[in-house]
Amino acid sequence: MTDLLTPVLSKNWTQERSWKIANYERTGGYQGLKKALKTSPSDVISVVKDSGLRGRGGAGFPTGMKWSFVPQDNPNPKYLVVNADESEPGTCKDMPLLMASPHTLVEGVIISSYAIGCAYAFIYVRGEVAHVIRRLQQAVREAYSAGYAGKNILGSGYDLEIVVHAGAGAYICGEETALLDSLEGRRGQPRLRPPFPAVAGLYASPTVVNNVETISSVPSIIREGASWFSSMGSEKSKGYTLYSLSGHVARPGQFEAPLGITLRQLLELSGGVREGHELKFWTPGGSSTPILTPADIDLPLDYEGMAGAGSMLGTKALQIFDETTSVVRTTLRWVEFYKHESCGKCTPCREGTWWLVQLLRDFEAGKASEGDIEKMLDLCDNIGGKSFCALADGAVACVTSAVKHFRSEFEQGYHTPAWELFPYGRSALFAKQSEGAHA
Amino acid sequence: MSGHEFQSFFPESGSIDYADTASSITDATVEEMRQIAARYPEPRSALLPMLHLVQSVDGRISPRGIEVCADVLGITTAQVAGVATFYTMYVRKPGGKHHVGVCTTALCAVMGGDILLDEVSEKLGVGEGETTPDGMFTLERIECNAACDYAPVMMVDWEFMDNMDPVKASAMIDDLAAGRPVQSTRGPVLTGWRNTERLLAGFPDGRADEGPSAGPASLLGLQIAEERGWQAPTPGEIAAPVKEENQ
Amino acid sequence: MSVEAKAGDVVASDLISVFIDDTEVKVPKGTLVIRAAEMIGVDIPRFCDHPLLDPVGACRECMVEVPDMGNGRGMPKPQASCTLECAPGMQVKTQVSSEKADKAQRGILELLLINHPLDCPICDKGGECPLQNQAMSHGRGTSRYEGVKRTFPKPVSVSAQILLDRERCVLCARCTRFSEQISGDPFIALVERGALQQVGFYEDHPYDSYFSGNVIQICPVGALTSADYRFQARPFDLVSTTTTCEGCASGCELRTDHRHFQVKRRLAGNKPEVNEEWNCDLGRFGFYSGRQDDRITAPLVRENGELRVASWPEAIDAAVTGLKAAGSSVGVLTGGRLTLENAYGYSKFARTVLGTNNIDFRSRQASDEEAQFLGSSVAGKRLGEGVTFADLQSASSVICVAFEPEEESAIVFLRLRKGVRKNKLTVHSVAPYLSNGFAKLNANLIAAVPGTEASVISTLDADADTVILVGERAAGLPGAFSALADLTERTGARVAWIPRRAGDRGALEAGCLPGLLPGGRPVADAAARVDLAAAWGAEVPSAPGLTGAQILAATAAGELNALVVAGFQPTDFADAQTTRDGIEKAGFVISLESRQSEVTERADVVFPVDLIEEQAGTFWNWEHRPGRVNRVIKRVPSPMTDVRVLAMLADALGEDLGFRVPAGARAEFDELGAWEGARVAAPAVAAGGLPDVAFPTSLVLASWRLLLGGSASTDGATALLETAKPDVARLSPATAAALGVGAGEPLTVTARGGATTLPLVIEDSMVDGVVWIPGNRHGAGLGELDVVAGETVEVNGGAA
Repeated sequence: MTDLLTPVLSKNWTQERSWKIANYERTGGYQGLKKALKTSPSDVISVVKDSGLRGRGGAGFPTGMKWSFVPQDNPNPKYLVVNADESEPGTCKDMPLLMASPHTLVEGVIISSYAIGCAYAFIYVRGEVAHVIRRLQQAVREAYSAGYAGKNILGSGYDLEIVVHAGAGAYICGEETALLDSLEGRRGQPRLRPPFPAVAGLYASPTVVNNVETISSVPSIIREGASWFSSMGSEKSKGYTLYSLSGHVARPGQFEAPLGITLRQLLELSGGVREGHELKFWTPGGSSTPILTPADIDLPLDYEGMAGAGSMLGTKALQIFDETTSVVRTTLRWVEFYKHESCGKCTPCREGTWWLVQLLRDFEAGKASEGDIEKMLDLCDNIGGKSFCALADGAVACVTSAVKHFRSEFEQGYHTPAWELFPYGRSALFAKQSEGAHA
Repeated sequence: MSGHEFQSFFPESGSIDYADTASSITDATVEEMRQIAARYPEPRSALLPMLHLVQSVDGRISPRGIEVCADVLGITTAQVAGVATFYTMYVRKPGGKHHVGVCTTALCAVMGGDILLDEVSEKLGVGEGETTPDGMFTLERIECNAACDYAPVMMVDWEFMDNMDPVKASAMIDDLAAGRPVQSTRGPVLTGWRNTERLLAGFPDGRADEGPSAGPASLLGLQIAEERGWQAPTPGEIAAPVKEENQ
Repeated sequence: MSVEAKAGDVVASDLISVFIDDTEVKVPKGTLVIRAAEMIGVDIPRFCDHPLLDPVGACRECMVEVPDMGNGRGMPKPQASCTLECAPGMQVKTQVSSEKADKAQRGILELLLINHPLDCPICDKGGECPLQNQAMSHGRGTSRYEGVKRTFPKPVSVSAQILLDRERCVLCARCTRFSEQISGDPFIALVERGALQQVGFYEDHPYDSYFSGNVIQICPVGALTSADYRFQARPFDLVSTTTTCEGCASGCELRTDHRHFQVKRRLAGNKPEVNEEWNCDLGRFGFYSGRQDDRITAPLVRENGELRVASWPEAIDAAVTGLKAAGSSVGVLTGGRLTLENAYGYSKFARTVLGTNNIDFRSRQASDEEAQFLGSSVAGKRLGEGVTFADLQSASSVICVAFEPEEESAIVFLRLRKGVRKNKLTVHSVAPYLSNGFAKLNANLIAAVPGTEASVISTLDADADTVILVGERAAGLPGAFSALADLTERTGARVAWIPRRAGDRGALEAGCLPGLLPGGRPVADAAARVDLAAAWGAEVPSAPGLTGAQILAATAAGELNALVVAGFQPTDFADAQTTRDGIEKAGFVISLESRQSEVTERADVVFPVDLIEEQAGTFWNWEHRPGRVNRVIKRVPSPMTDVRVLAMLADALGEDLGFRVPAGARAEFDELGAWEGARVAAPAVAAGGLPDVAFPTSLVLASWRLLLGGSASTDGATALLETAKPDVARLSPATAAALGVGAGEPLTVTARGGATTLPLVIEDSMVDGVVWIPGNRHGAGLGELDVVAGETVEVNGGAA
């Protein structure tokens, strides 16, 4: 029986100056790379395939399979692009990983690039995290100095350039094709698929786009073996992963555990919902994953478990809201986020989020009209599955799941403002200084 | 009551501020832009970092900045403008010395972000998107910044200011205004937004080793595991932590 | 719809079967579902989709259900049919058979309308608006939207010609995709994001593109309008006529709309073989020249040195008197703007009525070598016997000699660009520098100092997949045509001559050359003369005629007594002053014109002819393709054409021209057919060399006319001219440095006829020792300087 928590990625975070290459090396760092360079690229892909590693950015696509889609007979250069644009509301796992141990990613980048035959790798980090970028830039420089990157890596004859690229503020760039457009110096708007990035991605060349946590998991898999990795987790969701607990919990934070842990177990570890309060609703993997209720806290937090509950594992960003929280207000704020972050390319997302926000404001202010719930749900039906990418689906998921579980709260929006039903000050950790409780 | 009123008329949208033609871009800036372009297999990839560099020099996306980027990359000014107006980190009016962001996406908002934004706004005497008359602070409502386990979160000069409340925010603003050193909870001593923009353009500032490896929330699971002796199965040979000499 | 989307071009074995609303459709592999649906008459609503633009899938209006992708599995969500390729056995359910698809389409349409203003009654697009139409056919009758609409200050001038009403925009990105993909002028781009996304531009760089008007035409709403047409008419009040553009030799099909006998606008016609669905701004907006104050509406005769209005019989009498006095000592200058029918009228009039071969359409620099090339390689050919637009797209390489496609035949440029984008076409330019137009074609510059092109051509490599496009300017490059004839002979490459003016190709075929009779019959060939004489029932003069320049020199020298002149300007010629002198000193001048000009000022009798929009006829384009010119304005039952005037003159001279209206001329011309005997021999002229230059103050001149510049044809097109390129001079960096002149500083170019001062642009690709200036500066042609490309000019910094 595996332990409840299994720190691998986070294992060295308490080390003194864990972000420095020397300290990373002293805790086993770059052993995976050395091992990988002694095997063939296709063997590296096989190990990753065998490990059962699936994408940790939300979609859960098998990583080894994604790599094997790269056509090696394509004459164009191959590219690896790491998606470090962590922006999904509630998601906060990649940034601490990069800040504490950027070399875990850098080592993963080098091994993964070697596996897919890539000579130019990019790490696309959201721009709003200066210190993460500093640590990452330094780690890449250190890797070059140590001979892990650049020409003829460790005498293997393998060359790799690594560029740390800062974004500039756009949630949509977490969508892999929007990210590629952004990395090409364009507006970060999603591209048509097909062609898929594996065939025609960055500069129309074969490209693998993977999440930070996915690539960071590669060194340990190579070091310890595929069966070691797959000994953790559940049947179809293998390995360890980072769960992020935030919101109305006694102690929010990061928990690295095998896939399949439950919210009940995580809450127990973190001291439960904040004192004197109880769980009302939660997201399993960021705001784009339909909300769940206390009834779901014993479900395994893995790809299948969450899909079975009508939600998604997503980024394993567990946002916890207690009984003081207005579902209507929270839904509105999420949809406002999607409206703000809609790239504008397609009609349903651009116009639909614009309309949804206005409808939800009416609900929040107690000014919605009889029938507005049905109208809103029909609008969601007209948006969901019709948009160019999944951003609008996320916006719709907030609304439909909220109505599904808390319809009566929306009905109250026909006559009573949400702030009267759920005085907002009660949800906050502090009161407004000047006027006391927020109306 | 969600904090921001629903705006439907956009008189100023669609362009940068052409009226303000001031620019401090020099030949050296252009040379640095060419350096950025040289990092990429195709130069246009350099556009985002180049625009960060424009902001570090001009304090905003200036008309000259757009023209120079277009010239260096061989694309049209309209194409540069399309990119510069797409991303929220690019600003059209000169920013203050410190960029003060308050997260009000759902979770932070509920946890107190809305209150915090009101308080900071009152404290600074400016609204969202505005800069204090002394040019010290620009206040902005920001979206989720990937630090939800530290909610409510503020970002100052795009450095983490975790677990904020009105009292801490007020003290921080007083310190910054008085020129006293303020350190990010997970990052370096704040030196100003333009320095951050230069960092984002890919020019390191030598401050990577400041600040902790992680905040307490990031370490919570690890500490519990260590307390209880939990670990991944058959761990590899991992050496004991070694204290490193100062570099 | 583009030609290549037609199934007919594909062999049956390449076709795959898909089922749309249970109807089987066979389509070529790669066909989009929305196109396949069109083939069986299912009209899926759409906004962003355009068959000539790359698919984008942005508006999401064209959603369909796909219960089976052809592999037994269905798509879980509705799909945008404009981005979905047909797969063998695929089942598609459109709004016709699927409630889901219908609801998806209605849902998107509702979303498109929530922020759309209800200003259809004052919108130019109202009545021909795809949004309006599809809201009626695929929308719901009422709106459920009760929120606030997005508003912007309106409108924005994207250029002097094009205005943008952002509120009306549905962000289909057709305009921005057109500007980037088709014309390569991305001066408009999507800016901002989300609900604020809009079409934008950079204030100091307006959307000045030669093709900008197309974005108005493809805009599916009224967001883009032209300054010219805005608020001018309602679409349903307009009368539309399909015709052929007179702007250049590309021969674009146009749709010309008029109201109350006035042309209100011109749109690109849909002619997949030629202009697809595009045209240039000159063709679209350059139709005001005929409404100027100088329009001639009655005959004029000179009396006591002054021109006065006369009656038609009076004017014809005067003309007959003059012509009778001159006998066959007459020259006929037709210019390049005539329809084939009118040109044929002059050609036959000269031979059978005047009895001379003194006729030339080339109101520009010309050479005997050129005439020989035209006689041997161009005249007498029919569509299909030479290069076509489609050939440009499918060639492996195209070499342009003395030809700037974007400036001199803009639709050729678009087709070359399509070939480059879609078919890996490589374009080469033999020129002194790589112009912006060629840069947009990723062209390879084969640098040549003007005048040395012939030697460069003789070193070129080519093969049967190579097409060579040679412009009319090659007439000024000694040996160039000869070298081309040799190159094609040597390599199997094909060559096409692309003149600038719409009437040139037809005039050549009509026999408006001193050595060439209609249908490519050589004057020097007795059999050809006999053939023609038999058809005409009249003698065909055998004495070789004079060229245009020789005619003018002869009149100036008193060796030729009279001139019959159709529309041209003296400044069109290499030497404007000599041309003026030639007309001035001719004993008797008849001018057939629509507007007062330097020719009419010097004429003895002026006959008013109607504008092209009032005439019917044919323009042959450079492919030898006849393009129908239809009467747009039918104010009078029978318009006054050149043919009609010439027939009256013939009558009065006691001769019978054989036809009185263009249709008669066309019938006779068609009856004649092309000459099947021996053609004129190919030219063999030695390559020209470098003139003597005293670097850097004496430089070789390079020059060509820009699409928009000084030209009588664009008079009155105010907004159009504001989008023209500024007049500049160009030098290489080394030459500029040697002269000590910096970018933007004034540079003075001096030649025999005068001097001009223009701001300098430094061209990195320019060969050293050459200065370029436009051939049609605003207000003055190159002819005013009495110099041609390849000659030397004095150059110095500063003003003259």
